[in-house]
Amino acid sequence: MANIQETISKLFPEAAFEQGEELRVTVDAKQWRALAEQLKGNADLGFDYLVGIVGCDWKESMGCVYYFTNTSTQDHLMVKVTTADREHPVLHSVSDLWKVALIQEREVFDFYGIIFTGHPDMRRLFLRTDWVGYPLRKDYDANPELNPVRLNQEPNEDATAEYVEEADGSIKKIDKKVFEDEEYVVNFGPQHPSTHGVMRLRASIDGETILKVDPMCGYIHRGIEKLCESKTYPQTLMFTDRMDYMSAHQNRHCLCLCIEKALGIEVPRRAQIIRVMMDELMRLSSHLLSYGCMTMDMGATTAFFYGFREREEILDIFEKTCGARMSLHYNVIGGVVADVHPDFIKDVRAICSIMPDRLKEYHKLFTGNVIAQNRTKGVGVLSKEDAISYSVTGPSGRATGWHCDVRKTAPYSIYKELDFEEITETAGDSFARYMVRMREIEQCVKLLEQLCDLLEKEPGNDYIAPKVPKIIKLPAGSWFQQVEASRGAFGVYIESTGEKSPYRMHFNSPCLNIVGSVDKACAGYKIADLITITASLDYVIPDIDR
Amino acid sequence: MKREDFKDNEYIDNLVAELNASGANVVVGQFDKLINWGRANSLWPLCFGTSCCAIEFMHLGAARHDMARFGFEVARNSARQADYIMVQGTIVHRMAPALVRLWEQLAEPKYAIACGGCAVSGGPFKGSYCVVDGVDQLIPIDVYIPGCPPRPEAMFYGLMQLQRKIKVERFFGGVNRQEKLADFISSHPEKAEAME
Repeated sequence: MANIQETISKLFPEAAFEQGEELRVTVDAKQWRALAEQLKGNADLGFDYLVGIVGCDWKESMGCVYYFTNTSTQDHLMVKVTTADREHPVLHSVSDLWKVALIQEREVFDFYGIIFTGHPDMRRLFLRTDWVGYPLRKDYDANPELNPVRLNQEPNEDATAEYVEEADGSIKKIDKKVFEDEEYVVNFGPQHPSTHGVMRLRASIDGETILKVDPMCGYIHRGIEKLCESKTYPQTLMFTDRMDYMSAHQNRHCLCLCIEKALGIEVPRRAQIIRVMMDELMRLSSHLLSYGCMTMDMGATTAFFYGFREREEILDIFEKTCGARMSLHYNVIGGVVADVHPDFIKDVRAICSIMPDRLKEYHKLFTGNVIAQNRTKGVGVLSKEDAISYSVTGPSGRATGWHCDVRKTAPYSIYKELDFEEITETAGDSFARYMVRMREIEQCVKLLEQLCDLLEKEPGNDYIAPKVPKIIKLPAGSWFQQVEASRGAFGVYIESTGEKSPYRMHFNSPCLNIVGSVDKACAGYKIADLITITASLDYVIPDIDR
Repeated sequence: MKREDFKDNEYIDNLVAELNASGANVVVGQFDKLINWGRANSLWPLCFGTSCCAIEFMHLGAARHDMARFGFEVARNSARQADYIMVQGTIVHRMAPALVRLWEQLAEPKYAIACGGCAVSGGPFKGSYCVVDGVDQLIPIDVYIPGCPPRPEAMFYGLMQLQRKIKVERFFGGVNRQEKLADFISSHPEKAEAME
């Protein structure tokens, strides 16, 4: 850690340092580009994984918080870049160094109006092209007359721009088009059964070959991050269940961990075991749904019913303990909301005992099928370098051979004590992604069996920490926490000024990064493979749009 | 649920009272009944899931709940082949034009169901800068199903209320009428250019 600070301060003497849970560097917008090049290129630093970009409005200044990880040493770094110009905030883009910035910088532009010079495609991501204002700015005018529900088609869908910094420091706008007039563009979505929600993809094709895919998000953008700023901390928990509803427990676990870290609350061991059990059950049910949906997208309707048969049994367990099937609301700050149902361990053991046989059925139905193999093997290949550059984590990232499981790289809760294998494949194609999920189901079962034993050894009903304050106020500061959700590394960034509600709450969702990589994964393959590739990438739309 | 609770629906009672008041032709009334029986038992939904409710809708179609028992199983991907639209999830500003367009693409007689808190009123996201607070601001709704998301049983309840409504409707001269182009344009002046 000290080495990183030395290296950076030698190169950038003006940079300010702060030691939190990770090293924090603050630089001015003018130095940012040079620092970014060093972070990526300098062999002593080597931060090759850009975890997330959090835009922020600090009233007197605006800017971004970047979280980096070095994938070989697992060093973390936070870089805060500020600019005092509120009228025309400008930062330099890093999208050529870390490809994930291509989509994340567009999100910051959409929310804060920060222009990134050098970004090839600077346009709104979630909101309509004719939206007035930047909603996450603190001085945003929420008057509904400015932005009524417009029922006309969005104007200038193809218009985009690149901003270039001239030699005299002025910013020049170069108008561009997403697709040229002579390109043949196929529209897909927003209402389409194989988009797994309301996603819109536009693909330009040459014959049957895809040249470029342009994902259009925002058809389910609900403004959760802005809503959080007006809610108290316990109220914000509710949104996490509704972002990626297939990883409701993990998302909520992440936010609880982040708040507990800030407050210094220690969670009882029994609550930790229950939380991890719920996470793994959720992962199991999510992978079953991915299996069902992917097979159905490829025409294997029967396989869908098999996946859902087991899902129902897991939902029964959730229902007994949490009282709901989908919006579970089980984790709370300090533990879980109630102790588990008396049948819980018995039911989980029953699931564990049937899954190995059921997995054989799945493989028999689908995996060995010649058509399924031909349509997935060697299709939609992402290399390990691509996955890191696009920050594609979770099963899709591990299918490229990248060890990116947060449960292993930065263990939280009780994962350190548990014996499980991090599943990786090397091919990086649709089939590898599918196989990682199927093999992770086996690991989930292995984990759940261990956890059942642990929970039996931990009697009593300490399901919540005894000293959780009634009114939760976080001290001033900022925190970042990651967990491994069903689809990848899910992160929560909280910035507090000491009030009852967060000053800024950002959810760093794995699916947004995955969508950013769709163009890379699909270009060069056939238009008919678009569905199989996106199905194997397995994104959940409300997690992208938030 | 008790049978009398299931039948407790003021809206449908009013519909029946209205029909009885105007009287029905003996022959046409019998044909109405026959056709409505058929229509009510082969309601084809449009696949229109935007968020969590869509997953519960998939469970409705899967083996345990099996909506094929009621004739709802033929989920269509084209609005032109569907009987009703079940809005499952939040509708945001960007999606609103698409929803209205799909609703207009549905062939008459058509129905709409608002499924889940978000579609009913904006639900947990009410007051957000880009959420439509209830889809009834955009399209006329026949049945509201509350819940976040509603259980599959609740969805069945809502769908069965729609069946009840269809069974008491007047088909001939009622919902089966064809709208004249001129009437449509006079009620939707903003669409006049596109229609001509």
